[in-house]
Order: sequence, then structure tokens, then C-alpha cells
Amino acid sequence: MKKKILRSYLITFGMVIVAFIFCQYFQGHGMSRTLKGQLIPICAYIVMALSLNLVVGVSGELSLGHAGFMSVGAFTGVIISGWLLNGFGVESTVMRLLLGILGGGLTAGIAGFLIGIPVLRLRGDYLAIVTLAFGEIIRNIINCIWISVDGKSLHFAVTNNVPGTVLVNGPQGAVKVARIATFPAGFVLVLFTLVVILNLVNSHPGRAIMAARDNRIAAESVGISVLKYKTMAFVTSAVLAGMAGALYGLSISTFDPSKFDFNTSINILVFVVLGGIGNMSGSIIAAAVLTILPEKLRAFSDYRMLAYAIVLILVMIATNSAQVRGLIAKFAPKKKSAVKGDDGNA
Amino acid sequence: MISFLSHLISGINLGSVYAIIALGYSMVYGIAKMLNFAHGDVIMVGAYISFCASQYWGLPPVVGVVASVAVCTLLGITIEGLAYKPLRQAGSLAVLITAIGMSYFLQNAAQLIFGPNPVQFTSVVNFGSISLLGGQLKIRSETIVTIISGVIIMVALTWFTGKTRIGRAMRAVSEDKGAAQLMGINVNRTISTTFAIGSALAAIAGVLLCSNYNTLMPTTGSMPGIKAFTAAVFGGIGSIPGAMLGGILLGLIETFGKAYISSQLGDAIVFAVLIIVLLFKPTGLLGKQVREKV
Repeated sequence: MKKKILRSYLITFGMVIVAFIFCQYFQGHGMSRTLKGQLIPICAYIVMALSLNLVVGVSGELSLGHAGFMSVGAFTGVIISGWLLNGFGVESTVMRLLLGILGGGLTAGIAGFLIGIPVLRLRGDYLAIVTLAFGEIIRNIINCIWISVDGKSLHFAVTNNVPGTVLVNGPQGAVKVARIATFPAGFVLVLFTLVVILNLVNSHPGRAIMAARDNRIAAESVGISVLKYKTMAFVTSAVLAGMAGALYGLSISTFDPSKFDFNTSINILVFVVLGGIGNMSGSIIAAAVLTILPEKLRAFSDYRMLAYAIVLILVMIATNSAQVRGLIAKFAPKKKSAVKGDDGNA
Repeated sequence: MISFLSHLISGINLGSVYAIIALGYSMVYGIAKMLNFAHGDVIMVGAYISFCASQYWGLPPVVGVVASVAVCTLLGITIEGLAYKPLRQAGSLAVLITAIGMSYFLQNAAQLIFGPNPVQFTSVVNFGSISLLGGQLKIRSETIVTIISGVIIMVALTWFTGKTRIGRAMRAVSEDKGAAQLMGINVNRTISTTFAIGSALAAIAGVLLCSNYNTLMPTTGSMPGIKAFTAAVFGGIGSIPGAMLGGILLGLIETFGKAYISSQLGDAIVFAVLIIVLLFKPTGLLGKQVREKV
């Protein structure tokens, strides 16, 4: 059992490291500009997909507001970075990026804890709708906030007359962000996320979380506090999403709150489901491929989102329909055992 | 006082639209146990059909509404048959993602056909407005038609699910699919019928929504769709009076929140109230408390 875990660790980490070296090499050797610009967002989306997989796959709760945590993290990261630069004259980009990401994780974690307490008492689809509501509330509130830095102090307001350098400009969102995030930083964040999640999954709390997912009542009857462990998974996920948000926010010059709306949450959920629920390597691949794919399909311009929608439906039907599975088993009898085992829960 | 009354009326107006959409959501959820995220986009399709009927084909508004109801009913049955039926035995997440795929498909298809820019939607009701209290309070004809339609649909659906054979079959399937099948109910046909009714309601809601706000674009349906879903959960998903009550309350909260608290925070207020209600009534206002058996 231990050996199996170690092997899957090695494959996952190996894959990420090889991909990183590959991208680093090609960055200097003929990678297109659009793809270069996508490297950091891809890292951010990979971390988002991994952290959502912790909630959906490992903890078994459907969350439709994951972009809300990304939003909290992104704006916190931008504020911290701008505050350090303008208020304290911190020039070091590494320092600002690090503190921005940590701060983003912290605030998103607090938000995750506050929303987790009420949310995790609910079950199933009710939980899903409350997370959706939470994501919309965050977006709506950030839409009406103006934040600026003047001297060493931060100013918060609900109108647009704030003194000093404006960091967050109401509905226009974060403006004139210093783009300090780098691809290696994104890579480190992906590795960090993997270490955190894989360690959590294979630890005592991780097994408790999965026990609570598989059978709530049975888990409770052997003394597992379901609420405690579900909160643990939810908050960990929120922290990681906040860090991803900060990385993302510090990689683009301007972004507004509507960047992190319901559709973003859904896109991340699509990464998780297509990659395989509970499968971390799958989430990484799906997040990377599905972020690049729409850009690559630009040639089809108008039809690309239509094609994306059709592919999404077909893949879901092909991988989940009982009839299609039966058909595959009929025409490929040799692979019968493989088909049976391949149910996306690897 | 006058402004309070006019906010009250426009709140009920908006709430009636939400309620009609929420009824479709709730019925489909009750019977197929799935969140049909494409429902909001069926609204948009319905509105576009009615728009085409009056704009390009020169048909009278009533014919346009009938056409949009017919097209959406067919669309609902087709979507269910092509995308959801193969996944009857699959996990709920797979169905959810398929529904999201369907929603993307409808939105992008509409964008290809009609372009991404909003079009001017001419109201389908045009018999002026009613003035009350010596002309201080004006009620638009759209408002009256919307509220009356909401009440009629509510009464008709209550009668339909309570008294007719198909309606009873629908309730039986939503209660226990296996047992219903053993009693000789055609489960697949019942589910298709539910989708047909839900989509027909969505078409009516789409026409009413666009008659009230006069603009129409491919993403018109998504936000009202989410709000109506919220309304269905608010009232207790799967319950018909619950969907109606949830819709009206949501419309009122949104209108009053925007008028008296903050015009920008309207949506945040709606969703905050939802969270608070679910904390105290975890299955919604009129939802059934399901006891867990060990």
C-alpha cells in the first residue's frame, strides 16, 4: 500500500517537474507570445482545480463558488503588494509576491472558515447553492469598494474619493497592478499545493475526511467529527484558492471583480470533473489543456465555444453513460477489466 | 407611501417572473433530481423566438408567444432525450456538467445566430397602463399580465399535479422512481413530460421578462436563471407552492433592497437572505424535512 502511494506521488510530481523544465526551455526557444502569457494563469488554474478537487473529490461536497476565494486572494495580493511598494518602499518583487500570496491565502482562509461554519451544516444541493450565493456576494461587495494607499496607511471607502494611490477602483477592480508574478513562482505554488493536498489525503485527517464523505453516519458512529474534518478540508481548499488568486492577480495589469464570477467557478469545476473527481494528476492535466485549448481554437473564432460545449457534453456522455460503456465492453472484450476499473476514481 | 407601493408592485412583478422560472426548475429537480442549468438559456431561446416572430415574420404577438412555447417545449424534450437520458444512472456531478455544457451550447448558438449585441424587444402586451390614486401610481400593462400569468400558472399546475393522471404519475416518480415503475408508470415518458412543461413555462417567463425590460441578448437568461434557482431553493426545492413563494419573496427582497439599502448591493442582499434562511430552515421555507434512516 505504501509503495503504491509512493509511486503515484513520484508520477504526479515527476509530471509537473518535467512539464516545468519543458516550458522553461521552450520559453526561450520559439514559444508563441500568447502561450507565454498564459503560463502563470495556467499555474493559477491548476492550483484552483487541485484545491476544488479537495472539496469535491476528497470531501465530497459540491462547491459552486470557488472563484469567490480566488477573488478574495487576488484582491488581497494586489493590495498587499501595492501597500508594501507605495507605503514602505519595498522594492523586492520576490518579497512582495511572497507576502501577497501568503496574505491572499490568509484572507481567503478566513473567508472560507466564516462561510464554512454555516455552509457545511447543509447537505448536498443546498450546500452547492449557498457556495454559489457566497461567490456572488463577494463579487457584488468588491464591486462597491475603493481602496487606496496614502503614506503608510490604507484607506477603505464606498465612494470613489479616496486619497493617494488607488489600488482597487470599485467596479473597475484592481488597476495598474505591478506584474510581479513569475512562472517559476507559479511552479513552486503548484508543487506546494500538491504537497499539501497529497499529504492531507494520506494522513489521519485525510482518511477521516474520506470516511465522512463515504458514509456520514458510519463515520460519526465511530467518533469522527464530520463537521470538524469537513471544515478542515474546506478551509485548506480556500487557503490554496486564495494563494492561486494572488498569483493570478499579480500576473495581469488590470482585472475587475466580474473576472471571478459564477462562470469561472463552473470552469474550474469542469476541470475537476473532466480530470476525474478525486484524481489530482487528472485535475492538473485538465486545467492545463482546457486553458490552452480555447486559445488554440482561435482559428475557429466564433465556433470555438460552441465546439467546446459539444465536446464537453459528448465527453460526459461517453464516460458516464451505462449504454456507451456496455458498447465499449462489447467491442473490446479483452479490455473488459480495464474498462471496469477505469471509473475516474483512481 | 406612493413610492413604497410602486416598489411593492414592481417587486411582485419581478417576483412573478422568477416564480414562473423557479416552477420549471423545481419540477425538474423534484422528478429528475438534477440541477438543470440550461433552464435559464431556454428562457433566452423562448424570448428570441417571440422576437423573431414579431420582427422578421410579422406575426401577431399572440402567435409569437404560442410559437415560442411550442419551440421551447420541443427543445426541452430534445435536450432531455439527447443529453440527460443517457446519464440517468450516472452520478449527479456528471449530469450537472452536462447541463452546464448544454447551457454553453445554447448561449453560443444564439450568439452565432443573433450576434452578441442586445436587441430591442418589443413588448407583447400593449394596452397602455392603469393609473391609480389620481394618476400618482401607474401600473404598466406588462406588470398586470405578468402577475396574472403567474397566478394562473400556479393554480393550473397545482390542479395538474394534484388531479390529473400524468400529474399524479409525476408526483409518484419524484417520490420513488423504482416503486413508480413497479406500479406501471412509464418513468421515462413522465420525465420527458416534466421537461416539456418546465420548458414551456420557461418560454412564457422569457417573453414576460423581455417584455418588462425590453432588451434581449444571448446571456439574458443566465442571471434570472440563477436567481430563479435560488428562489426554488429558498421556497423548498421540489415544492410547487414553495417555488411560487420563493420567487415572489426574492423579487420583493431584490426590489426593496435596491430601493432602500443600496442599489449596487441588490444581488448581495438577495443571496445573504438566502444563506440566513437556509441556516434556520435547511430545506427551504416550504421544503419537506427528510429524516435519515440508519
